[in-house]
Amino acid sequence: MMYDIIIIGGGVTGCTIARALCKYDLKVCLLEKEADIAVGTTKANSGVVHAGYAAEREYIKRDLCIRGNKLYTQAAKELNFPFKRIGSFVVALESGQIKDLEKKRKRGIEDGVHGLELILDRAEILAMEPNLTDEVIAVLHAPSAGIVSPYEMTFALAENAAMNGVKFFRNHEVIKIDHRDYTFTVTTRRGEFQGKNLINCAGLYAAKVSKMLGLDYFDIMPRKGEYVLFDRSEIRLNKVLFPVPTKISKGILVCPTAHDNIFAGPNAQNITDIEDTSTTTAGLKEVLEGGRQLVPNLPLRASIRNFAGLRAVPSTYDFIIDNTDIYGFINVAGILSPGLTSCYAIAEKVIEYLELLGVQLEVKEDYNPIRPKPERLADMTKQQLDKKIQENPAWGRIICRCETIPEAEIINAIHTPVGATTIDGIKFRCRPGMGRCQGGFCRPRVMEILSRELHLPYQTITKKGEDTNVLVSKTKDVRLKEMREGGAE
Amino acid sequence: MKQYETDVAIIGGGAAGLASAIEIKKGGLEPLILERDVELGGILLQCIHAGFGLTEFNTELTGPEYAQKFINNALEKQIAYKLDTMVIEITQDKKIYAVNNEEGLIEIQAKAIILAMGCRERTRGAINIPGFRPSGIYTAGQAQRFVNIEGYLPGRTYVILGSGDIGMIMARRLTWEGCNVKAVVEIQPYVSGLIRNQVQCLEDYGIPLITGFTVTKIHGKDRLKGVTVSKVDRNFDRIIGTDRFFECDTLLLSVGLIPENELTLQAGAEISSMGGPIVDNNLETTLEGVFACGNVLQVHDLVDLVSAEAKRAGQNAVKYVNERYKKKMEKKGQIICIAGENVNYVKPDRINISDLDEEIIFTFRVKKPDRRIQVQIKDETNREIYKRKKRYVIPSEMIELKLNPEKYEIDPTCSQLVLEVIPVKEPLIDEEEEE
Amino acid sequence: MQSCEDSGVIKTIRCIVCPTGCEIEVKEKPDGEVEFEGYTCKRGLDYAKQEFYEPKRVLTTTIRVENGFLPLVPVRVDKAIAKAKLNDALDIIANTIIKAPIKMGDILIENIAGEDANIIASRDLPILEE
Repeated sequence: MMYDIIIIGGGVTGCTIARALCKYDLKVCLLEKEADIAVGTTKANSGVVHAGYAAEREYIKRDLCIRGNKLYTQAAKELNFPFKRIGSFVVALESGQIKDLEKKRKRGIEDGVHGLELILDRAEILAMEPNLTDEVIAVLHAPSAGIVSPYEMTFALAENAAMNGVKFFRNHEVIKIDHRDYTFTVTTRRGEFQGKNLINCAGLYAAKVSKMLGLDYFDIMPRKGEYVLFDRSEIRLNKVLFPVPTKISKGILVCPTAHDNIFAGPNAQNITDIEDTSTTTAGLKEVLEGGRQLVPNLPLRASIRNFAGLRAVPSTYDFIIDNTDIYGFINVAGILSPGLTSCYAIAEKVIEYLELLGVQLEVKEDYNPIRPKPERLADMTKQQLDKKIQENPAWGRIICRCETIPEAEIINAIHTPVGATTIDGIKFRCRPGMGRCQGGFCRPRVMEILSRELHLPYQTITKKGEDTNVLVSKTKDVRLKEMREGGAE
Repeated sequence: MKQYETDVAIIGGGAAGLASAIEIKKGGLEPLILERDVELGGILLQCIHAGFGLTEFNTELTGPEYAQKFINNALEKQIAYKLDTMVIEITQDKKIYAVNNEEGLIEIQAKAIILAMGCRERTRGAINIPGFRPSGIYTAGQAQRFVNIEGYLPGRTYVILGSGDIGMIMARRLTWEGCNVKAVVEIQPYVSGLIRNQVQCLEDYGIPLITGFTVTKIHGKDRLKGVTVSKVDRNFDRIIGTDRFFECDTLLLSVGLIPENELTLQAGAEISSMGGPIVDNNLETTLEGVFACGNVLQVHDLVDLVSAEAKRAGQNAVKYVNERYKKKMEKKGQIICIAGENVNYVKPDRINISDLDEEIIFTFRVKKPDRRIQVQIKDETNREIYKRKKRYVIPSEMIELKLNPEKYEIDPTCSQLVLEVIPVKEPLIDEEEEE
Repeated sequence: MQSCEDSGVIKTIRCIVCPTGCEIEVKEKPDGEVEFEGYTCKRGLDYAKQEFYEPKRVLTTTIRVENGFLPLVPVRVDKAIAKAKLNDALDIIANTIIKAPIKMGDILIENIAGEDANIIASRDLPILEE
């Protein structure tokens, strides 16, 4: 099969492009190296949709961010992912910082960022965000900033793309690419794919993929950011809270998630190992200390998880979105912050490039931009839930007690297009294991459902793909094996 | 939507829920147990080791046996229960909304409610262990469930963090199934569980117990490959240069239990700083007619004490329904109970002045182990109400004090009581042979 | 655990009877008689003697179940068995499969490892209803 377009990488960038392309009469596929999409940088970032005043004017990412922010409203409406425009504060704790905030405000307004305002009245600020430190002097309020669940958005994009004909291949790590006669032959660990155009959205691996085609004009360096996530029962925040950035870093923010938990992070640490998503003692300490500067009553004992994400920092500093010297090969690389905000604008740009390459962009007659909202118990009234259980008893069997997730939501997450195949896949699609107990109660039940629905033996269910098995054998098997082996001696 | 009425709705069908239900039935009222699991018994069912029932049944039982005895008793008394039923909301006027897959959403109007949801385990996130997030990290209770109930082993080679009883018992349990437990690591300078378990679960099998150390790094991106453990200083910060690496495919966490109070919070009851609801001497929460007992109130070390506490909650619920519920009586004033020196928390949080002619039962835990101490209760005028000497105290032991009103008098005009554990200088003669 | 020939200590036993955890020393006197030192109560002495001459343990584990509501039934010995026989008992148990239904107290294996103790079920286990 000859694809019109092959996308490498199932993160938010690749999936946004796949979804943008699914509207046209094209054969598109997406190759992802991991067992699921959205498991790299997409999974472990702040989930902030930035207003767009932050980057310097010489960078394309400033424009893409401002444009991208605006495109979220429609995308969220069509794709039904959790997105809230709650607004952000950049928090000045010293009077010397006010000047900087004022400069950001002025330039932001000039460039089309809506509603930016400098607030100097402490009482007014604290009324808007009571958990903010009372040492605050001023804030830059950006009402257009928002929060999104980045992985749920990516699942929604992939689902909608798949509904409209894009083929997704997970567990397909690309190991070789050949280009001959205007055809790319992409070799993966599980077979070959041929396509006329190739879009590299491989995130941290983007330079590696580009080099497979001999294009060695940039590098990607991993920069680690660590986070601590807190249970929602302790405190809630109304705003995304940023410190005033320094030259080196945007600083550690404290922010609600789309599900009303809050997190502190990220720090910024340049590392060399592209796979090192480990958290460190020093890093977590830095995150907590940084967070407490903004929110002094950060509930340390309600911390439920820590994690680290790697930003794909390009050697060029700015986003790399290029129609390369190889005809039909587009690099979309170095998409670090504000990449999540910019993704829809990046996809627009990629479409422009494809047009330049002469790709026929005819809208399909049966294109459906709507990805239906997943049915959630949490969204139902008591009467609706009761009716739902009468129709399908799986709505009445609660699997995750912390987040009140019924079996039906888990089954849906498995059978949806590009659905879950692992425990983490379930966790990130419909939240069992996300809560306080972190899967303590529900993991065996989630495994049972995965095993039944996917017709896989219970023991083979994994956390997140190959080599991440949860169980090693049946309870008596080790002893029985030893007895057999001992007897043979 | 199906609707039910009951005298006392009990949320949770484990040790606490069962004992309180039986007591309510004995008191002539109708209880209804709402259990979220597929059978009654709660966490006892996976605690297959012995050591339960010494005070309740005067014999040593396993967890499932202890549960079975209560279940059989409840069944004989025809106590109503619903399984696989998850309570999702408790309203101010004691309506309970729950779901199960047979009936859909159900509404239960109760006259009184007993909260008996138990506790959950602290996780890796709660203790912030740095490193990768591979598979192969479980709480001890989760592993216990896999091994004893589901019938699977989560790994072959283990390191266990936390020397509480569950951690040590799992070390032996896994050894008995042919697994290799490399070490039990304890952040405190002392073992936190019983000596009996240290001897019979670890020393019997030569499993090293490493105190004053903690896990400081997780290795392995996919499946766990090992852990680094390091010595810690007084602030539990890692001491550089003390790292030791253990190769293992599984890490079990036995790092504490937290009362499971999401529903309690949702219902609007006040929670104390230790995580359980604030209760008075009748185990009544700050919501009238809503009682709490068992591990949802405070984490107990012995199930026998859970049963005893749950019986009290049951009796008090009966009394409430028969007296205050009918007559709409108001409570008089309350005396606040405060945890003083070396006391982590004390229950009850408040004592009703109207109940001062009844026996008051205090339960508490100490913050740090000590020898030769005196437990004392004083009021705000420093008047001594109670004292008792003890040879030793350890944080893992829940201590119970019963104050008989004839012997220990609390002044009804006082506003607070402070419970303290203070060292005594003179050598202790065996003053307390009551144990 | 230290052994010091001069003092004649042949074993140190940590008492588990109560949380005090007395260290009880077992000494061999020149005349060959064995004596116990360091206990602070009668129960402690009894424990130390038992532990020195014939240590026993309560075995609690699971047995595989066929056709049961659960795949395993928890079991225990109805009286403590010799510590030295635990491994043999566990091997026998690993090789055993029992059919549901089972009632608490049912004897599932008699006279385990020749220890004059039985393996009994720790709970009821009904048949799995499809």
